[in-house]
Amino acid sequence: MTSSVPVYLDHAATTPVLPEVLAAMTEQLGRVGNASSLHASGRAARRAAEQSRERLAEAVGARPSEVLFTSGGTESDNLAVKGLYWARRAADAHRRRIVVSPAEHHAVLDSVEWLAKHEGAEVAWLAVETDGRVTPAALAEALGDGRDVALVSTMWANNEIGTVSDVAALAELAHGVGVPLHTDAVQAVGQVPVDFTASGVDALTLTGHKLGGPMGAGALLLRRDAECTPLLHGGGQERDVRSGTLDVAAIVGLAVAAAGAVRSRVGRTAEIGRLRDRLVAGVVEQVPDAQLNGPALDDVVAGGPGRLPGNAHLSFPGAEGDALLMLLDAQGVECSTGSACSAGVARPSHVLLAVGADPHRARSSLRFTLGHTSTDADVDALLAVIGPVVDRARRAGLGRR
Amino acid sequence: MRVLAAMSGGVDSAVAAALAVDAGHDVTGVHLALSPDRQTLRSGARGCCSVEDAHDARRVADELGIPFYVWDLADRFTEDVVDDFVAEYAAGRTPNPCLRCNERIKFAAVLDRARALGFDAVVTGHHARLADGVLRRSVDLAKDQSYVLGVLTADQLAGAVFPLGGMTKERVREIAAERGFAVAAKPDSHDICFIPDGDTRGFLTRRLGERPGPVVDAATGTTVGQHAGTYGFTVGQRRGLGVAVGDARPRYVLGIEPVSRTVTIGTAEQAGVTGVRTGPPTWTAQAPRLPLTAGVQLRAHGASVPCAVHPDDGGGLRLVLAEQQRGVAPGQSAVLYHPDPVEGDRVLGQGTITHAA
Repeated sequence: MTSSVPVYLDHAATTPVLPEVLAAMTEQLGRVGNASSLHASGRAARRAAEQSRERLAEAVGARPSEVLFTSGGTESDNLAVKGLYWARRAADAHRRRIVVSPAEHHAVLDSVEWLAKHEGAEVAWLAVETDGRVTPAALAEALGDGRDVALVSTMWANNEIGTVSDVAALAELAHGVGVPLHTDAVQAVGQVPVDFTASGVDALTLTGHKLGGPMGAGALLLRRDAECTPLLHGGGQERDVRSGTLDVAAIVGLAVAAAGAVRSRVGRTAEIGRLRDRLVAGVVEQVPDAQLNGPALDDVVAGGPGRLPGNAHLSFPGAEGDALLMLLDAQGVECSTGSACSAGVARPSHVLLAVGADPHRARSSLRFTLGHTSTDADVDALLAVIGPVVDRARRAGLGRR
Repeated sequence: MRVLAAMSGGVDSAVAAALAVDAGHDVTGVHLALSPDRQTLRSGARGCCSVEDAHDARRVADELGIPFYVWDLADRFTEDVVDDFVAEYAAGRTPNPCLRCNERIKFAAVLDRARALGFDAVVTGHHARLADGVLRRSVDLAKDQSYVLGVLTADQLAGAVFPLGGMTKERVREIAAERGFAVAAKPDSHDICFIPDGDTRGFLTRRLGERPGPVVDAATGTTVGQHAGTYGFTVGQRRGLGVAVGDARPRYVLGIEPVSRTVTIGTAEQAGVTGVRTGPPTWTAQAPRLPLTAGVQLRAHGASVPCAVHPDDGGGLRLVLAEQQRGVAPGQSAVLYHPDPVEGDRVLGQGTITHAA
């Protein structure tokens, strides 16, 4: 253990709260008022919530009425996948297929698998390119004539390997056969241009704590004409799709964070991208056989970045990801190996397996993600230790034969 | 030292880790995930491998302010401990899976990996004393676990730290309570961690299927009953034989022959043995000169009996017991001690029992 402040290279897990978010939330937390109440305190709370709705909508190119506040990415993904499935199937019992990418976040994958197990859904897996991208050709193949398809769910940007897909093209294709499309844009908002209306998607997941906002606050952007069956029943808040007393302070924080992230995006991501490129080049210089997973650093899709600017995902052949993480942690450098089960057992990344990596490569990988507080000193700190750490991890092997 | 504390989620390993921190070591906690299909919550008081146990271990590590990781050793554990356990029973022997786990997992796979990662030793909550490479019984003889550590070699012991050997279990719980550990009152785990319901025979039946065969009385050579599988028996066993022999004297399992599936039973006199053969021994230090006199413990919960230790022709040991013992079961370990009523009995080494002779 080092006594100094850790070097935080895990911004895709969560990123520090912005000072203006902290100030706005603190101020709102000091006020009483349920946004559903009719008296003056309630009206004041509602005003704060609705201003935030408008502010968030403006930041992501949506109409205020299309913003449904939720508890975060997992809830938004569950609501979109299950809610759209139930509504589409209720309108036409033949619509039971869900077209989904195997590289989705577990909040989508597990929702789809739950529907398959309990609600008669059939899963149609999208073919994914080796860089993680879903192409229009792959979607067209999976959709067929679309008549039996309930929905498509395919993420805007991958949380592990940073791949950005051309979601607008995919949405257009799905609409061509009358199928709605949901996209998990948790990692995309504030990192690449995201415009809900222009993209044409029917439902979009976003969350606050990836933007410098609070945890436990997110939104589902849902087109006004999209039918979505509620998961949570109660007081009828949020267009009757998501009941529950509004967490006004969290909503204020989410909106401030989203507006700030979108406003600062161009300058910030240019700097983050520069740091990321330095990080990857420096690691490869020290560990020449390290392999970059996901798209090339300068990849372009639909005229924008083809890879999240802050994402570096690397495999270190012959080393175990969890040994690498532990050794880096001991040196005060914080990163991620991808997913772990609830008990904390490291699992080979389902994303890497989905893009065709062998299990060894999947187990030998680390994700470094940079964000708004990252500096050259953070990159320097990693580069100072990565060579010996990889050497040591390679010698350690694992309890496997 | 940089040490790795193996934390099961129980009170012993929690206190062991805490004492390692107190001793000034640089401690990292690791929970070993040993079961391929982990249950979310503990079932009853048994087991150490549920998600809840991992959570308990993590809570303690967080309170101690030490890093904590989960290492997935389910494949190794299944192969080296569980499959070995089943194969040993299928072969008519009575294995000790805790000893096997110490030999092949905790002080092999885990210690090797720890050393490669730059750690000097593995800390566990075993009740045994270890100082200057000398392994002794715990001061708490009721909780002493030196038997299941008797298989460790000098090199393995050099990489082990057992902070609890000098105190009673009661004191361990006191320390946990003083520190406010939520696991202070957690029930002791019993028996075999991978058989959480404690039904070993049922577990083996699921793995091996029913293998019915005869129960034969050694005195007459006649079949006196049937059994569903030899793996349900251990040499020396008295209860649960499921047969009635004419006289009312108790009967014991004398032998298990897995090919003909024969379980042989006999009287107490017939069950007593004074000669024990083992496979090749392991020693906790340099191999001693034979013959020697020592105490030997022949099963996990048994007293030590004086014996003379001789080499046998096949590279194993021939033990001559000073008094007759029942329940000398092939597959169990014969752990040798140098009696020391002052400092605590010192573990010399062990050999796996092959047969009585």
